Amino acid sequence: MFHIYCPYCEEHREEEEFHPKGQAHIQRPEDPEACSDETWGDYLFFRDNPRGVHHELWVHAVGCRKFFNITRHTVSYEILETYKMGEQPSVTAKSLSEKDKQAGVQAASGGWQTVGARPESDALNKGARV
Amino acid sequence: MNQVNRLPRGGRVDRSHPLNFTFNGKQYVGCVGDTLASALLANGVDVVNRSFKYSRPRGIVAAGAEEPNAVVQLGASEAAQVPNVRATQQALYEGLTARSTNGWPNVQRDLMGMVGKLGGTFMPPGFYYKTFMAPASLWMTYEKYIRKSAGLGRSPTEPDPDSYEHINQHCDVLIIGAGPAGLAAAITAARSGARVILCDEQEEMGGSLLDSRELIDGAPAVQWSDRVLDELNAMGNVTLLPRTTANGYHDHNFVTLHERRTEHLADSAPSFGSRRQARSRMHRIRAKQVVLATGAHERPLVYANNDVPGNLLAGAVSTYVRRYGVVPGQKLVLSATNDHAYRAALDWHEAGREVVAIADARANPKGDLVDKAQSLGIRIIAQSAVIEAKGADRVSGARVAKIEIESFKVVGGVEELACDTIASSGGYSPVIHLSSHTGTRPTWRDDILGFVPGEVKGLTPAGGARGVYPLGDTIRDGAEAGAQATQAAGIDAGAMALPQITARQDGQACALYQVPHLKPAMRAPKQFVDLQNDVTAAGIELATREGFESIEHVKRYTAMGFGTDQGKLGNINGMAIAARCLNRSIPEVGTTVFRPNYTPVTFGAIVGRHCRELFDPERYTALHQWHVEHGAEFEDVGQWKRPWYFPRTVNGKKETMHEAVARECLAVRERVGILDASTLGKIDIQGPDAREFLGRVYTNKWAKLAPGRVRYGLMCKDDGMLMDDGTTSCLGENHFLMTTTTGGAAGVMEWLELWHQTEWPELDVYFTSVTDHWATMTVTGPDARKLLAEVTDIDLDKDQFKFMDWREGTVAGVPARVFRISFTGELAYEINVQANYAMHVWTTLFEHGEKYDLTPYGTETMHVLRAEKGLIIVGQDTDGSVTPEDLGMQWAIGYDKPYSWIGKRALSRPDTRRTDRKQFVGLKPKDPNVVLEEGAQIVFDPNQSIPMSMVGHVTSSYYSPTLGHGFALAVVKGGHERMGETVYLPMVDGKVHEAEIVSPVFLDPKGERQNV
Amino acid sequence: MSDVKEFDTRPTGSPSSESPLAWSFHRRGTPPREASAGVTLREKAFLGHLILRGGAIVLDEAVREVLGITLPARPNTLALDNSGERSIQWLSPDEWLVIVPGGEEFALEGRLRKALGQAHYSIVNVSGGQTVLTLRGEKAREVLMKSTPYDVHPQAFPVGKGVTTVFAKASVVLRRPTEEGWELVVRRSFADYCYRWLLDAAAEYGVIVER
Ligand SMILES: [Zn+2]
Repeated sequence: MFHIYCPYCEEHREEEEFHPKGQAHIQRPEDPEACSDETWGDYLFFRDNPRGVHHELWVHAVGCRKFFNITRHTVSYEILETYKMGEQPSVTAKSLSEKDKQAGVQAASGGWQTVGARPESDALNKGARV
Repeated sequence: MNQVNRLPRGGRVDRSHPLNFTFNGKQYVGCVGDTLASALLANGVDVVNRSFKYSRPRGIVAAGAEEPNAVVQLGASEAAQVPNVRATQQALYEGLTARSTNGWPNVQRDLMGMVGKLGGTFMPPGFYYKTFMAPASLWMTYEKYIRKSAGLGRSPTEPDPDSYEHINQHCDVLIIGAGPAGLAAAITAARSGARVILCDEQEEMGGSLLDSRELIDGAPAVQWSDRVLDELNAMGNVTLLPRTTANGYHDHNFVTLHERRTEHLADSAPSFGSRRQARSRMHRIRAKQVVLATGAHERPLVYANNDVPGNLLAGAVSTYVRRYGVVPGQKLVLSATNDHAYRAALDWHEAGREVVAIADARANPKGDLVDKAQSLGIRIIAQSAVIEAKGADRVSGARVAKIEIESFKVVGGVEELACDTIASSGGYSPVIHLSSHTGTRPTWRDDILGFVPGEVKGLTPAGGARGVYPLGDTIRDGAEAGAQATQAAGIDAGAMALPQITARQDGQACALYQVPHLKPAMRAPKQFVDLQNDVTAAGIELATREGFESIEHVKRYTAMGFGTDQGKLGNINGMAIAARCLNRSIPEVGTTVFRPNYTPVTFGAIVGRHCRELFDPERYTALHQWHVEHGAEFEDVGQWKRPWYFPRTVNGKKETMHEAVARECLAVRERVGILDASTLGKIDIQGPDAREFLGRVYTNKWAKLAPGRVRYGLMCKDDGMLMDDGTTSCLGENHFLMTTTTGGAAGVMEWLELWHQTEWPELDVYFTSVTDHWATMTVTGPDARKLLAEVTDIDLDKDQFKFMDWREGTVAGVPARVFRISFTGELAYEINVQANYAMHVWTTLFEHGEKYDLTPYGTETMHVLRAEKGLIIVGQDTDGSVTPEDLGMQWAIGYDKPYSWIGKRALSRPDTRRTDRKQFVGLKPKDPNVVLEEGAQIVFDPNQSIPMSMVGHVTSSYYSPTLGHGFALAVVKGGHERMGETVYLPMVDGKVHEAEIVSPVFLDPKGERQNV
Repeated sequence: MSDVKEFDTRPTGSPSSESPLAWSFHRRGTPPREASAGVTLREKAFLGHLILRGGAIVLDEAVREVLGITLPARPNTLALDNSGERSIQWLSPDEWLVIVPGGEEFALEGRLRKALGQAHYSIVNVSGGQTVLTLRGEKAREVLMKSTPYDVHPQAFPVGKGVTTVFAKASVVLRRPTEEGWELVVRRSFADYCYRWLLDAAAEYGVIVER
C-alpha cells in the first residue's frame, strides 16, 4: 500500500485513492497521419521496464481527479518524487549517482524504448522493426 | 487430573480463580492468567498433536508465537470453530474447548500411526516438488489424503455469529513489541507528544521482563515495566494495543495489526446490552516511523529425536516456571551453547525439581549464570551436547556426548542420563519477519550468530530484534530508537533517564545448530529442523545432494518454513545445515525471506465489515423502492441493482423469466413499456471547446450538431478498438450532455479528463458527472406518444419533435428534458428529471398508463429488443479487440474530420485493415427453436478434425417473441462478405448447430417504427 | 459563459419528492432511540448542490460578490457564510462544491453566471445526485476511523477542512464545518450503502438517527 503525495492536494493520501495509468511522458505523435506504422506501434505498445527508476502516470481518482507523475523505484518501491502534469522529473538517468549506475540501476527513458527488456526480447523487437 | 506441575506459588497467574476447559474431549482446570499451553503443561498433558508427515507424537516446545506443535482447533460449537490457534498464544477462559489439529481420530491412538512409520517412504523430502512435477491429476489424490491426515485445521460449517472490523490508524511512531526495548522506545516517543501506538502480541505487555531474573533500579524488572505502562496508559497521545500482532509490514510504513479483542473472554464476543463488540479488529496503520522491537526467538538444537514430547526450548522452560508457575517435568537436562540458557536450569532448580546436568557445547563455559549454577551444585558437562533424546510419548532420557563442532563429530563416550525433560538452546534469532516483508534482505552477523534486519526506510529496529541482548543495553537501545524515530517523524524528543541495571557478565556463545550423532544424519534417528512441517536434517542433506544449493530452493524442496510456521524456529538451523553440507557460510547459502502474515489471521479479521450485505456497495436508482414493491428480479450491472424482469403472478403462478420477458417484449412492440435507465452514465460538458473535444474523442462528427439535437457516438481507444458508446445531446452551443454505458461511466469520465489534462489542456472545456442527479425513464412503444402527451407540456408532434431531437418542459409537473432516442427500435422518449422527483413522475406515468397497459420492463427485455435491432452492447458484443469497422459502423466514422481523433490512425494499420477480421453479423439458427449459447465457437467446416479452427463466436443470443425464433449476434471472420453462408456451432454435448449468417438487424431494417 | 442551457430542475408546484435515503428509511426504519448513544446521524436532505469549475482567480470575485464568501483556494479547505448554511469547498484546483439551502441553487447559478460573464467556467446543478449526512457524538470519530483511511485525528483534520476520500468501498466528500460534527456528502446511488455501513460501524456505541 503506497502512500502517495498528490501535488495538487498537497498532502499524502492512501493508495486506494489513486489509479496507476502506466508509463509517464509517452508522447502522442504530433501528426499521427504522417507517422509510420512502426512509430505508431511504438507509441501504442512499447514501454520501458526499468529495474530502478521509473516515471509513472497516476490519477488521484478518489480525490481531486487530477493526473500527475510519480518517479518510483521499482525495486524498493520508494517514491522519489511526484510532480504535476507538464513538469519534468528531477530524478532521471542523468541524475543517478555513480554508485547507482555501478549497481546497475536503470532509469526509464521517457520514450517508447524498452529499458529493462531482456536482451533477447529487445533483439526480437529491433529485428521486427527492420 | 490435578495440576500436577503447578507450583504452589509464584508466577503471574491467579490460583484463586480456577477455569475449567476441555482439550480433546477431556476436562481440565487451569487458572486466570494461563495460556492454553501453560494450563496443559500444568495438567501434565504431554502429547498435544501428531506431526504433519510422520504422525509422531508432539508436545509443547515454546511459550510464544514460535510454537510449532501446539496448534489447535478452537471452539465449543460448530459456528465458533477457529483453526490454527497456537495454544501458547491463546488465553484460557472458562469453558474453553480445543482439539488437536493433526491426527485423527485422536492424538493418543491414531490411525496414521501405521502410515506414519511408513511416512519416510510415503512422503520423502521433495514430495511437494516431485508431486507438482508429476501429472496434475495425481495431485488431486495426494491432496485429499494429505489434507485429511495432516488436518490443516478446518473451517466452521455454520455461519460465524461474530462480527469483525477494520480500523484505520495514523501515528507518528508505531512500536511493535512491548518488551524492554519497545517500552523504552514508546515512553521516549510518547513524552515528546508524538502520536504513539504500542502493540504487543501477548496477553500482557512486558515481554521478557515478565519472566526476567534481573533487577531494574534494585527491584524486580516487572515493576519497571508496570510503571512505564501506567504512564503510557495515562497519556492521551498513546494507544496501547495488547493481544495485537503486527502481521504484515507493507510499503511506505503501512502495517497491519490483528487485535484479538474478545478471544481471551469466550468463544464468541460478549454483548453489552444490545451492543456487541467486534471479535477482532484489523488495524490498518500508516505510521510515519516504525520501531521494530520484536525481540528474538530462541533456536532449539537439532539432535536425534528432538521432537519427543518433553523437549522444550530453554527460554520456554523459564517462562513457564516464572510467569505461569508451571514446571513442565521432574528431571531436567539442559543442552546449551550460551549463558542465557542457564536460566532454565536455575529456575528449575529453584522450583525444587532436579537438574540432572547441563551439557554445554563450549569448552570453557564461564560467566555469572554459570557460576551461579556451579554454586548450586548443578553438574556442568563441558564441550558436550545432548545428541539424542530417548522415549516415545515422553522423554525418558538424554544421551549426552562430547562433541567437536569443527569436525562435526562425536569425540567422546556417550552417557545416558535419565530425565523427563530436555531443554535446549542454540542461541537466539532476532525476529526479523516484519522487516523482511517488504523484500529487504536481512544481514548475517557472526558476532551474534543471527540475521538482523536490512535497512528499511522509516524502520528502526531496537533491542533483541537487532541482536542487542543484555537487558540494560536493550533498554538503552530502545530509548535511542524511540528518540531517533520521533525525530525522524519531525518531533523533538528528549533523552530518557536510563534505569540502573547491574550488567550481567556473560561468556561468549558458540555456534552450534545441528548436533553431530554417532551415525550420519541419514541413518541416525530423525533430527528435526522444522517440527511443524516435519523437515529433518537428513532431508536437507538430501536436498543439497540432489543439487539444490540456494536456501530458497531447499525450502521448496523440503517444505521448510512453509505455511503458518514461517520458519520461526527452523529456518536458521536449516540454513546452517545446508551451509555445512555445501561447505559454505550461512550468508553464502542465501538469506531467508519471510512473508506476511507473521501468524495466521482469521478470515473474519481480513474481511472485516466487508461481508454479507456490506460485501460490496449496492447502488440503487431513485426508483428502487417501486421495483422492489412490484416484484422485480434484479440483475447486477457493475454495482448497480437493475430490474432484470418483472415476473407477474397469474392464477397463483409466477411467470418464468422466459414468460415474463416474452410478455414485456411484446408489450413494447405492440403497446408501450417503461424502463428505468437511470444507471446510464451522464456527463455535463461545458466550454467553448466542448464541440471540438467531442470531435476528438468520438469517431463521428460533431461540428454541425445543433442545439436541440442528439447524436449517437462511438468512442475508441487510440488502438482503434471500441471502448464505449452512447448518445450526446447539444444543450447549447457550448453545452453538451454525454451519456455512457452503465458500466463505462466512471471510466469514460476518467478518459475525458485524461485527454484533457495530459494531451489537450489548451481546450477550454469542463466535465462534471451528473449520473446521480438525473433519473432517466424510457417510455417506448407505439403508444408512447399518446401516454406522454397526457402528462407533458412539450409539443410531441412528430414533425416538431423528431427522432434524435430533445426538448425541455415538464412531465407530471416536474421540469424534464425529454430525448427522442431509441434503443428498442420503437418510438421512444427518454425522460430525465431531477432524481428527487423521479418517483412522482414514474408513478404519474403509471396512473395514466393503465389504459395503455403500460408495462415495466427490465434489462433482459431491453437486451432482446436492442438485439433484434442489431444494436450493440459494448462489453458484450465487443471485447476490446473490435473496431467500429468490424461492427459495420462505417457510418459513424468521420475519416475526413480535420483532427486525428482518438483511434483514427490505428484504423489504417495493416492489422485493422485485414479483410479476415472477425466482423459483426447476425446468426439465424436453422432450427427456429434453437437459442444458441452465448460464447459458443463458430466453425466453417464441422467435419474437420479436432482441434477445429474457430472463426468466431456468439456474442448475444435470445429467443425473439416478435420474430418467433431464436436469433443471435456474433463475430465471424470476414463475416460481412459471407451473408447467406452457413456456419456451424459444435457444442460440448456433441450436437452441432447450423446457422445462417444474416444482417444483425433482424427487425425493421429501415427504422420506420422508431420514426413515426 | 454564454450558450449554456440553464435549467431549473425544481418544480414550481409541490409534487412529492424523495431524498436519497428515503428507501433506506422506508426499508429499515431507524434504530430504537437510546439514551446514551455515542453517535447521532442525520440527513440534511434537499439542499442545493452546485459544482463550480474554473480558475480560482476567475471565480473568486464572483463568488465573493454573489455569496459573500471568499473562495477557498487552499487545497482541502471549506468556507462557510456567517449563518453556516452556505458553504464552498475546494475539490480540486479548478473545482468547488457549493451547498446552499434547497431552492436557492438555480437563482444562485444565474447570479454567478451574470457575474462571470464571458469567462471560461462551468456551473452544474447536482442537487438531485447527492445528499449530506451529519455525524455527531463522542464516538463519531471512531466510526469514521472504521470507514475511511483518511486521518480524522483533530490534528490532521481541523475544523474547516474537507476532503474527497474513500469511505468503505465507496467514496464521499468528508468535511468538518464545525467543532461538533462531521458532514459526509454522499452520492445518491451509494447513500443506502453508506447509511447501512454507518449504522453497522456505530452499533457498538449506540446510534441515534434523527429524522
Ligand atoms: Zn489530489
